[in-house]
Amino acid sequence: MSNNIYLKKGLDLPINGSAAQNTKKVIVPDVVAVKPTDFRGLVPKLLVREGDKVLAGTPVLADKMSQNILFTSPVSGTVAEVVRGEKRKLLEVRIKADAVQEYVDFGKKKVAELSAQQIREALLEAGLWPALTQRPYGIIANPETKPKAIFVSTFSTAPLAANLDYALNDELANIQTAIDALAKLTDGGVHVGIGAANESVTPFRKLQNAVLHTVAGKHPAGNVGVQIHHISPVQKGEIVWTVSPVMLAAIGKLFNTGKYDVRRKIAVTGPKAISPAYVEGYPGISMKDVKEFYNASENLRYVSGDVLTGTNVGAEGFIGFFDNQITLLEEGDKYELLGWAKPFRTSLFSASRTYFSWLTPNKKYDMDTNLHGGPRAFVVNDVYGKVLPMDLYPVYLLKACLANDIDKMEKFGIYEVIEEDLALCEYVCPSKIYIQQIITDGIALMLKEMC
Amino acid sequence: MNGLRNFVDKIKPTFEKGGKLGFLHSTFDAFETFLFVPNTVTRRGAHVRDCVDLKRVMIMVVIALVPAMLFGIWNTGYQHSLAFGLDWGFWNIVLYGLVKVLPLYIVSYLVGLGIEFVSAQIQGHEVNEGYLVSGMLIPLIVPVDVPLWMLAIAVAFAVIIGKEVFGGTGMNIWNPALLTRAFLFFSYPSKMSGDTVWTGGVERFVNEGVAFQAGNGLVDGFSGATPLANASMQGLQNSGYSLWDMILGTIPGSVGETSVIAILIGAVILLWTGVASWKIMASSVLGGLAIGYLGYAVGATDLPGYYQLVMGGFLFGTVFMATDPVTSAQTECGKWIYGFLVGALAVTVRLWNPGYPEGMMLAILLMNTFAPLIDHYVIEGSIKRRAKKVKTA
Repeated sequence: MSNNIYLKKGLDLPINGSAAQNTKKVIVPDVVAVKPTDFRGLVPKLLVREGDKVLAGTPVLADKMSQNILFTSPVSGTVAEVVRGEKRKLLEVRIKADAVQEYVDFGKKKVAELSAQQIREALLEAGLWPALTQRPYGIIANPETKPKAIFVSTFSTAPLAANLDYALNDELANIQTAIDALAKLTDGGVHVGIGAANESVTPFRKLQNAVLHTVAGKHPAGNVGVQIHHISPVQKGEIVWTVSPVMLAAIGKLFNTGKYDVRRKIAVTGPKAISPAYVEGYPGISMKDVKEFYNASENLRYVSGDVLTGTNVGAEGFIGFFDNQITLLEEGDKYELLGWAKPFRTSLFSASRTYFSWLTPNKKYDMDTNLHGGPRAFVVNDVYGKVLPMDLYPVYLLKACLANDIDKMEKFGIYEVIEEDLALCEYVCPSKIYIQQIITDGIALMLKEMC
Repeated sequence: MNGLRNFVDKIKPTFEKGGKLGFLHSTFDAFETFLFVPNTVTRRGAHVRDCVDLKRVMIMVVIALVPAMLFGIWNTGYQHSLAFGLDWGFWNIVLYGLVKVLPLYIVSYLVGLGIEFVSAQIQGHEVNEGYLVSGMLIPLIVPVDVPLWMLAIAVAFAVIIGKEVFGGTGMNIWNPALLTRAFLFFSYPSKMSGDTVWTGGVERFVNEGVAFQAGNGLVDGFSGATPLANASMQGLQNSGYSLWDMILGTIPGSVGETSVIAILIGAVILLWTGVASWKIMASSVLGGLAIGYLGYAVGATDLPGYYQLVMGGFLFGTVFMATDPVTSAQTECGKWIYGFLVGALAVTVRLWNPGYPEGMMLAILLMNTFAPLIDHYVIEGSIKRRAKKVKTA
């Protein structure tokens, strides 16, 4: 069974610095970090102390609310430092890696012979459960629940995103194992979104035991939330799970090799990346591990993830659990004389026709982090819908979030979106509103009131 | 550029909190951001942003209004020259137009922006660009001879009661420029309607016997009436207005509303840049035509429907006022309904209400009021449809 979804709305950001399809180096990890901040609403419980020895797969943190959800170390080494922020909030557990990696042996398992309960336990034990994200809200899936279905998007349309066909080319068998395993956790099946642009060549078209959906369109067509919206929208009271193909590979490896092996190809991208390409590394590696890709004397922003949804981690920061992309940008903290009044601003891109960048559709831009204006109230109302291929009213949803009106948030679709789905709305917003933050706050309110 | 930047950086501390002129912070900020796109960087969420901002959007509308404004200035002089039989050349005409229209602009911007600056300062906001457009619109939709003090009061009313009490640009229910006009219309009807107010200098000449340049007094047969006042084939013929005059705009009327061509140039700019909604413009024209032809069919008027588009403020309202993104309908489907009703109501008032020869202002203000209701039902409908779709799936 296969289904086709065509999305007309959206926007592919023309930004410079996409990664060439070669793997420049294999990173030997020095210090890696496990970051509880990668997970929404997580209250972490620390399971290790500074100086403790850990293997790849040793639990480092647990979820205080359901303590069988574990977060394990991606490398073997010694716990070097526990970093806390304001009010002693746990930010990072830094682990100094050993020269030779050793893994906890969870034992090879044949997925076909396992029950749903055994699969759940295997994922929980190895620290791969947090790879499963629940919609609504984008939180860690609850092991006690059974989702309506599980969704995977095998392509990313985000700016400069890693090409998963390339990055996961060798992992297909593991991904298949993971799909077989996850299919046992739901009655609705595993739904896999495949990019229409390379439908005929993508290795993911060979996946079995899953419902394939071909999705055509600009960003955010590759967002799993958008795909869910068009395949089977999340209604009140329903739960679906999502998981990224990168995490599927790790899940598959757990069953096939018995190891917690989250190594992955990471795309180092961005206008300020020097000859952008892929590296092989771990989640939690430091920006310093890719220092040949940038000039540290420049005023840069180091983003774990893509430019729309990634996290600003700083020059000393660490890449996130889910991320397989680093974006390097220039900080745009410069003034521009009469910028808004210039007839042409050829070095800048605008999705609107008030500038002339639409005349050069193939041009790519060295974007920086300047806000290009000051914050205002919502004024222009039809720009958001043009980049949101969902049957939603984004401005109404955002206003409901701002008003803390739970009934209206429900009505306008808070169950169907997380920040990444509205990231383009934020990009195009002429009022410079922090739209993703509004959604974050809205979801936080829902979690507080409804759960 | 660096010199200017250094100067701004040097005086900046004076205007910051605790500085000597800290109470002018918003004002300083407005001028600074006018000169320089600020160096603010994104803090959360998307790390890069589109280079369009509200200033750019608003300046597009202002540019779109320039043809109507220029024509309005010329036409003001031209109508005066015509009324008094002066046979002025181009520069005289323009000079007279400038003398009459510039003060309207000065008052509009001084009063409106003044209030915006003060209220931004009180609320600690940045000054919003919204009034750049309102201030540009207001002089174009009033009779050229409206006394400046009246204009000042009306602008103050519209900005304070119509906008700031709701929270400023983006929060207002009614279009501030139209509110200004409505205030004038209902408070000082003698200055806003009749046959003598539309041509510069005529009112004063009639009352006081003097004018800027009166020549030999008003020419024989001068009526000063707008086409709307005599909206019938016979009436138009008597006043000597051909369809072409109305398209060109060489007729009496509010300053900027007369020329179809100038307004259409603006419409092209707005649609091209995507700043205004083509749906609202198209549906408003459709609505106007529909009722125009209905009236023609049932004998309420002997003018074919398309005449309604070129007379009075219909087109100006359709292009520049009904499309205000804040006060119009927000949903795409709602825009069709809203626009259609604006056009339909405007012509309905014209044809069936003898008290009001022009209905555009009231139609838009009324539909501004009902736009949220239209949106409400459009959204309810969409949510119900979606719920049904899910159930059957």
